[in-house]
Amino acid sequence: MSFLNLEGVSKYYGDFGALIDMTLSVERGEFISLLGPSGCGKTTTLQAIAGLIPVTRGRITLDGRDITNLPVNQRGLGIVFQSYALFPHMTVAENVSFGLEMRKMPKHERDARIAQMLELVHLDALALRYPRELSGGQRQRVAIARALVISPPILLLDEPLSNLDAKLREEMQFELRRIQRKVGTTTIMVTHDQAEALSISDRVVVMEAGRATQVDAPYRLYEHPKSEFISGFVGKTNLLPGTVLRSAAGDEAVLGHGQRVRVDASGFADGAHVTVCLRPEKLFFTDEARGTLAGRVEERFFLGSQWLYRVSTPLGELEVSAANDGSAPIAEQAAVHLAWADDVARLVAKAP
Amino acid sequence: MSAATNTSSRWTPYALSLPALALFALMVLLPLALTALLSFQQYDAEKGVQPGFTLASYALVLGDSYYYEIFFRTGWIAALVTLICVLVGAPEAYILSRMGKPWRSIFLLVILAPLLVSVVVRAFGWSLLLGPNGVVNHVFGAFGIGVVKMLYTPTAVVVALVHVMLPFMVIPVWTSLQKLDPMVESAALSLNASQWTVMRRIVLPQITPGLLSGGLIVFGLSASALVIPGLLGGRRLKMVATVIYDEYLQELNWPLGAAIALALLVINLVVMLTYNAVLEGGYAKRMGRS
Repeated sequence: MSFLNLEGVSKYYGDFGALIDMTLSVERGEFISLLGPSGCGKTTTLQAIAGLIPVTRGRITLDGRDITNLPVNQRGLGIVFQSYALFPHMTVAENVSFGLEMRKMPKHERDARIAQMLELVHLDALALRYPRELSGGQRQRVAIARALVISPPILLLDEPLSNLDAKLREEMQFELRRIQRKVGTTTIMVTHDQAEALSISDRVVVMEAGRATQVDAPYRLYEHPKSEFISGFVGKTNLLPGTVLRSAAGDEAVLGHGQRVRVDASGFADGAHVTVCLRPEKLFFTDEARGTLAGRVEERFFLGSQWLYRVSTPLGELEVSAANDGSAPIAEQAAVHLAWADDVARLVAKAP
Repeated sequence: MSAATNTSSRWTPYALSLPALALFALMVLLPLALTALLSFQQYDAEKGVQPGFTLASYALVLGDSYYYEIFFRTGWIAALVTLICVLVGAPEAYILSRMGKPWRSIFLLVILAPLLVSVVVRAFGWSLLLGPNGVVNHVFGAFGIGVVKMLYTPTAVVVALVHVMLPFMVIPVWTSLQKLDPMVESAALSLNASQWTVMRRIVLPQITPGLLSGGLIVFGLSASALVIPGLLGGRRLKMVATVIYDEYLQELNWPLGAAIALALLVINLVVMLTYNAVLEGGYAKRMGRS
């Protein structure tokens, strides 16, 4: 039995299922991200674990103990709220101290814990400041320190980075991971940012319309999305209609104009209509040869480390990304030929 | 060019606030100045107000224990009303802020409704309820309690003042509750705080500014209330505003009325400024408002 288990947890508001039959096992020390667009039920899942909302159905167990109906102030979980929810009338140190005071920890012990925690989040110099005197990133650290100081069995993060600007967000991502590794607390983070989920989690739970649709390690999730939605939501992708052609020589997908792509078609019947996912970075420009795809660069965008091209081809418009290796990029309107390596395309069922 | 723009832009705010300032001067400062002048004029029982300068009215107020008693009574009644308004209004505002969609606006309206009814009507209403043959005494009679004298006692004045003043406490507290992030309470709960601790250590400190400003409004208005003490306190139970009214309209001793009015104003100002300096000052230090 895992450390934290959700068994068929559902939350209904009237007939509306905000969360439907969520089943998830989290191991001790794991960093899990709940990823999905807004309204997918990821925050509901977090609130159910936190005890902030009662669940309609299902069971939540923590370390073998049923906590489904335990009130929030008896669960003892660390929660970092999206708005940080710092106590505005208390200093940084007082904010961090609050949870320890509730646990009746003696003052000298408390002071040592607070100092240690503030050092962990690099806020030792700001202990006497009030939250309004801090920047967004610093408030975020206070919220993390306040949640972690009570040594919770689980740390719950609700969109912790969404209020930070892009540069800071990236820094905090790694900071968050560093802190989590250091204290080893099992962590569940809600996010709508796929890059964030991929970069710091051990496993990602993709959610759609109240249901978890794929639970996988980030790399696997990116390389083997289970549906059109996931392949489009996690990273960029080109979705092409195709037909499965299974033969002794290996599986292939036949695209619109007879192009063939080597794929792993296990799970699909011969002749099935499928969607072929080709990531932009898996496509590359090449000289004209057998099997290449002719096209024309319609637009190009400079993204710093790479170029993103929009290429019109007989199969439709494709996105192609190429590393910025310092050489001159391909001009707009240039005629090009595209190719891809074997086994980089993935098949998913056609979305209904 | 920049010099010209600077001059005009410097004066723009003053020019824009001129109409309001003019209205304020005309409606508040001018009558106040006239009242102040009046308080230094002589009064003669036969000839009425006489020109000249004298401190006789002030000497009369300061030298007579009758006035001290009235000022003291006004002070404790206003303070008691403020205290009751805090004790009733703060929980009321909190419950209101936690209500669901249709109920919240309905109950807000219920709380504000008394403001739409003339205070005279409400005072008469209370005198009907609290009188010897009033509804309250009928209920007491039904329970075997004898007739309790409530009308023309401080009790009646306090009860009616609380009724009138409550919205002035609920509204500022409600406003500061609106600014409260409900997640902050959840955060405290998640740190194992009990519901009571959340109230005491998280909610209360954050609505303190609302309580403080509500307290000031209620105290100021109660201390200078006229209609309620006039109608429910009767001829014997006087408060400062009713004495001023009597001096002006019964005794026709305008200078004395003016002197008492200014004394009330000064006392009110002193109370408010002290209150501000002590309580709000301490609060401002914590919340960093300046």
